[in-house]
This record gives sequence, C-alpha cells and structure tokens, in this order.
Amino acid sequence: MASQDIIARSATTTLPPSVRQQEQVAKLIDTTKCIGCKACQVACSEWNELRDEVGHNHGTYDNPQDLSAESWTLMRFTEHETADGNLEWLIRKDGCMHCADPGCLKACPSPGAIIKHANGIVDFNQDHCIGCGYCITGCPFNIPRISQKDHKAYKCTLCSDRVAVGLEPACVKTCPTGAIVFGSKTDMQEHAAERIVDLKSRGFEHAGLYDPDGVGGTHVMYVLHHADTPRVYAGLPDNPVISPLVGLWKGVSKPLALLAMGAAVLAGFFHYVRIGPQRVEEEDDEHPDTSVHQVDPSVHVYDPGKPTAPGEQRP
Amino acid sequence: MKHKPILRYTANERTNHWLVAILFFMAALSGLALFHPALFWLSHLFGGGPWTRILHPFMGVLMFVLFLGLVLRFWRANFITATDRQWLRRVDRVIRNEEEGVPPVGKYNAGQKLLFWTLLACMLVLLVSGVVIWRAYFSAYFGIDTIRLATLLHALAGFVLVLSIIVHIYAGIWIKGSVSAMLHGWVSRAWARKHHALWYREVTRDERPDTHKGAKP
Repeated sequence: MASQDIIARSATTTLPPSVRQQEQVAKLIDTTKCIGCKACQVACSEWNELRDEVGHNHGTYDNPQDLSAESWTLMRFTEHETADGNLEWLIRKDGCMHCADPGCLKACPSPGAIIKHANGIVDFNQDHCIGCGYCITGCPFNIPRISQKDHKAYKCTLCSDRVAVGLEPACVKTCPTGAIVFGSKTDMQEHAAERIVDLKSRGFEHAGLYDPDGVGGTHVMYVLHHADTPRVYAGLPDNPVISPLVGLWKGVSKPLALLAMGAAVLAGFFHYVRIGPQRVEEEDDEHPDTSVHQVDPSVHVYDPGKPTAPGEQRP
Repeated sequence: MKHKPILRYTANERTNHWLVAILFFMAALSGLALFHPALFWLSHLFGGGPWTRILHPFMGVLMFVLFLGLVLRFWRANFITATDRQWLRRVDRVIRNEEEGVPPVGKYNAGQKLLFWTLLACMLVLLVSGVVIWRAYFSAYFGIDTIRLATLLHALAGFVLVLSIIVHIYAGIWIKGSVSAMLHGWVSRAWARKHHALWYREVTRDERPDTHKGAKP
C-alpha cells in the first residue's frame, strides 16, 4: 500500500497523511459455518511463508496450542454445554482483530513500527520493531507474539500485501465452507445481518455480530451463535477495551511527566538566577568556633599547665 | 590546623557514587528514549532502537547493584530524626539561602535523607517492575495484568527518579563545594560548619587545637 494510505503510525505525535479517503475493509468470520478444517491456518502459512515448529498433541483439536510468531491464525475449539444440556462444538478462528483503535499501536514506543492503513488494516513493520513487547501489553486480544529468533513482533497482516492489489486474504480464499468472507466493512455488516436473521429463525436467539465498540469496532468480525456471551468462544473478551492501565501509561500522563521534568530544570535555573548559589565565605573561617580554640596571631598565650606539642608551629 | 580540610567522602565512596551516576545517565537516557516519542532520538546514542531495548535492562540492573553499595555505606547516616522534621518545616528559608531558624544538621540534612529514601524506593520499584517487563527473559512467567501494572509502575518510578536526580544535581550546583566534595573528597572546615554543623562537631571532636591529627570523615 502507498505511504499516503498510512493514517496512523506508532510513537508519532503529529497528524498522519489524511488526504485520501478509502473504503474500510473487513473480514467476517462466521463461526456458525466453520467446520474446523484448519485450511485457513495452512493457507496463512503458505502465503506468508511461515513454517512453525511441529508441536505436540495436548489432547485437544487446537494445533498448534497457541498463536506464535510463525502461526498468525489458529482455530480454537470449545466444547460448550448449553443451558438445556446440549453439547455444542464452538470453533473460532483466532488472530488479529485489526481494531479501529489499536492498543498495540498506542503502546508501541518505536515510530512507525505499527501502522494503520486507511482501509483499516493494522500492520507491523518489523524493520522498525525494537522487540520491546509493548504491543503485547497494549493488545486487548492477546495477539502479537515476539519471535525468539529475531525478537521482532509478528501477527496477522490481514494479507495487506494481497489486499493492496485487490485480492482477498489467503484464509478467505481457501475457506471451503464460505465461513470466512472479505469485502467492505458495510457489505460485511449487511452479510452478517442476513446470517443473524437466518440463525435466529433456527433457534439461536442470541445470534449476533461481534464488532466491539470498546476498541472502536474491528476489521475482523465474528458472527456468533451466542453473541451475548462471547467469552464461551475460548475466552473471546465480552467487552474488549484498551486496559485503563495502558491508557494511564500512554495517555496524557507522559506529556505531563515530560513537562514536569522540564519545569524542574527551569525551576533550578531560575532559582540560581534569582536567589543564587550558597557560597561559604572565606571569612567564615575566621569566626570563633565552639569546638576549636582560636589563636589570634598577635596575642601570645602561654599556658603553663599545658605541654607544648613537639614541632608545633608558633604563630 | 584550622584551615585543614575535612575528608567527606573516601575514594571508594566517590568511585561508587560516580559509577552509579554514569549508569544512571545511561539507563535514564535509554529509558527516556522509550518513554515518549519526543525523546526517541535518544535511542541513537545507544546504537538504535533494538540496541536501546537490549542494553537498557542490563544497565538498570547494574545501576541497582552499585546503588546497593551506596545504600550499605550511607543508610545509617540517613535515619530521619525529630530535628529533620523541624528542618523540613523551615525548608522555605533554606531555599531562600536564609540560615536563621534552620536547625543545625548532621552528615545529611532532611532533604538529602528524603532523596536517599526516594531513590532507594524508586530503584526497588524499577528493579522489580523491570524484571516483569523484561521480554527476552522473564515476561513469560507473568500474567498480562501484572505486566501492564509493572509497565505503568516502571514509567512512574522512572519519572520520580529522574525528577529526584534533577533536584539532586541542582542542589550540587547551588551549594558550592558539594560537587568538589564528591569529586575529590574534601570539604573546607567552613563549609562543614555552615552546612553540616553537627557532623562537623562530630568529626572534629577528637581534635585538639594544638595537635595536627588527621580529620576523620
């Protein structure tokens, strides 16, 4: 994507380029259509040239166990028992949600290491990444991972390279059931609305769209059968927000802290200018002092009761 | 003998102090580089962003270890006493360079003592929170809420530490004779009498006016 399409940039306090208006894109993941085949995981590895280490089976279908610097998307499987005793197999494709208000970008200290494109895609620029992991601290969805090989942060790019040339993301291209679709955000919201009507008619009364406001909406959205309890989908946050601790850390407090440091230096400077330094005047030394006997050079005192120290210099 | 200076800091104490000071500057400048985008350029002093990220925690840990040396040397002289409270009530006069009514102080005045304990508290918070957010080695052992809290506390303690050191450095510029006390160790008798009267009495107690015994620090 062209540089004029970068509308937000980490650790940058001036306005980003904002002349170009672009349509917002979104990926819609319909958990009700997903069969858990993991073709999206494979397509992601293929397109992005990622080869994660082969792990171990931990007794669940989740494979690999967690996202990593080489696994940018992952099917998470949940066996969910409904109130009326039915067992549901919930499968959610986890990965970067591409928040409109990205916590990673807010937390990042390196200028330009995290950018947001005008179409809504949040991308990491590993060339500028310093490997501090603040993006992990800032993310409300626990997505970015630091590679142990190069100590750079990685996550789903929403195939920004493909989207830039008019292609859909690799996971969308490969999905055999049409559970993952891609397009403009408004089109995806419309598509989701149709799906939700259909699901409600089939008895999923709490079906709904997951596009949480707490992070300004997301460019990866879910259709959920249980939109009232997103947490049952392997811990999808009910109300994701950038943590208030991160807000406090990265918000107005830091410019104020800088101001306070500058003010302290200035206060010192003007104290010196107005009140001045504390100097010990030399004549202070001549003042009588309680602890040391003072000898006036013009007066010779002879104390017969006191022996004269050998080698004492008489004034 | 009345002009003979007094040794305030031994060579080891001075060396320890300046090692901490050098490491403070390195840790603080690299920390400030990550503190706010306006200061990210400071990362160039350390070879760029990744090197700043790699070096900062090591410099911080080393600073803490060396600071412990200063704590062991000076903690006893920094107990807060009743006179210190009185001194703090008169701190406005101290700031105006007025001496009437300001109680005589020992080796350290109440401001110096408060600085000592503030620095110790900041260093402890920085060490503990710094370990928690040290991605390369330790962060994997902590939950995300702990890491977020530690990140916030680290920035806060760093801010208080930098602010305290600004005050500390200015005090050295303001009170003439104190920088040289830490550079070559000696202070004049007049200086000691003026700024640390009780300490002066203590270190000159054993002296007799007619002997040339060396003064104790």
